[in-house]
Amino acid sequence: MSLNVSNLTVHHGAICAVNQVSLAVPTGKLAAIIGANGAGKTTLLRALSGLNKPSNGVVNWMGQTITGTKPEKLVRLGISHVSEGKSVIPELTVKENLELGAIWRKNGKEMKESVDQVVSIFPRLGERISQRSDTLSGGERQMLAIGRAIMSKPKLLLLDEPSLGLAPLVVEQIFQTIRELTTQMRLTVLLVEQNAMGALKIADLGIVLNLGKVVAVNHAQALIEDPAVRAAYLGY
Amino acid sequence: MQLLNTLLIGVTAGSIYALMAIAFVLVWRSTRVINFAQAGMALLSTYFGYEAVSRIGSFWVALPVAMIGGALFAALVELILMRLLVKHASSGPIAGVAPIIATLGLLGVIRSVISMIWGGQDLRIVAPISNDGFTINGSTLVFSPLKLLVLVVVAVLLLLLTILFQKTNLGLALRASAHAPEIARLSGVKVDSVRTLGWALAGAAGAVAGLFQTVNGNGNFSPDSIEFSLLLVSGFIAAVIGGLDSLLGAVIGGLFLGITISFVLMYVSSGLFFIAPFIILLLVLFIRPQGIIGVKAGRRA
Repeated sequence: MSLNVSNLTVHHGAICAVNQVSLAVPTGKLAAIIGANGAGKTTLLRALSGLNKPSNGVVNWMGQTITGTKPEKLVRLGISHVSEGKSVIPELTVKENLELGAIWRKNGKEMKESVDQVVSIFPRLGERISQRSDTLSGGERQMLAIGRAIMSKPKLLLLDEPSLGLAPLVVEQIFQTIRELTTQMRLTVLLVEQNAMGALKIADLGIVLNLGKVVAVNHAQALIEDPAVRAAYLGY
Repeated sequence: MQLLNTLLIGVTAGSIYALMAIAFVLVWRSTRVINFAQAGMALLSTYFGYEAVSRIGSFWVALPVAMIGGALFAALVELILMRLLVKHASSGPIAGVAPIIATLGLLGVIRSVISMIWGGQDLRIVAPISNDGFTINGSTLVFSPLKLLVLVVVAVLLLLLTILFQKTNLGLALRASAHAPEIARLSGVKVDSVRTLGWALAGAAGAVAGLFQTVNGNGNFSPDSIEFSLLLVSGFIAAVIGGLDSLLGAVIGGLFLGITISFVLMYVSSGLFFIAPFIILLLVLFIRPQGIIGVKAGRRA
């Protein structure tokens, strides 16, 4: 297991947003975390990447305890987080947004290579490379956000609702790319999604979160077929 | 000829205001604080420069000494005072204004400490070259070799700053931390250190503004210098005119302010010296509240 979370609890003031969550994701697997609005999905992800401080519990990454470690340190350990809502910096160009992801490696040559790599994954970004990123479409921004995360050569990718606000066709494309990246780059991925069906279809593993607690863990396919999950989260 | 003269005087004064405005913008961008102590820091840096001049005798040594001294002092203020303050006053109605009020307090403290160390009397820094106006076709201008030098040095500094911000990774980190600290952190940028660096750069820019404001005036300065109050007001107004968030805006705001004041003094009334900057500020705020090149504050998720 490359990512091991045990009894993780996160509070927002008096509210317990994540309640004793335990989960494990094996290396190279894509785990989808699904659940309703307010289930604690985003808070869980933010606690894993160091943006939120957990009040209890342990996060273990590749044998190292990383609970409460700052995000800028976690990036150096191979953990990249794409936060909710197309996390790009509108004031910067596409190229600058990408370069930002590799800035901590302090290696100009590698930075260039990584930009080329991301452009080969997302050719659309290549066409817009020197445009300000606020001129991009929603789908392109999401590609850019994922591209920036790839720039830091992650081993663990935390994705928060990449489908948010995108057209169905674009969502399908983004999901497909996430699946391909996971396989090709041997990434371990934690994908938080409201679009439960789309996420489970590409995932190896599904985790259902409700009111801050894990209520089901199974193979993604098994969850799709589970009548209770279907009724509650897949809508039929 | 008088027109050109007025313009050049305005550009010179404006370039000094621009440096001060850049100091305000750098601090605002890195920590969302209006640093009213900026003029106090510039004054302190001028005293550092004075010490260098009186020991070594060269203005060209004094300039970097003042810049480094100003940068270090500003970095210390951010590291010790600002971080502590943000930690202790992080909630409630005071959270947003506490750091800004603290800079007002700091301004007073700096002035008093300067009085205790150097005394309250006027000290003097002699300009490195003549401030006597050029003579063209027999008529003498107010524009002088010294003013030309100020313009050139400020232009070079602006060019260096532009290269730093636009062409280097450090500049990218500075811009990313200013616009989206969370994304910057997730990209591995040590945002806290970058913030301190922002303050340090502001301290250095303010130091140059302080020294030039002094030698471009009559060379005298004291803890209660009117020149530094003017620098504070003009730099702040120039920064606001420029949209407070943009370095280019700060430069444009500084030049705009300098030139406008110069023309008002020459062609309207020299009695408007202290009131002109405020009238200009009010007009700009009425007509373009987002600043000359500022973007209208839109949705910020």
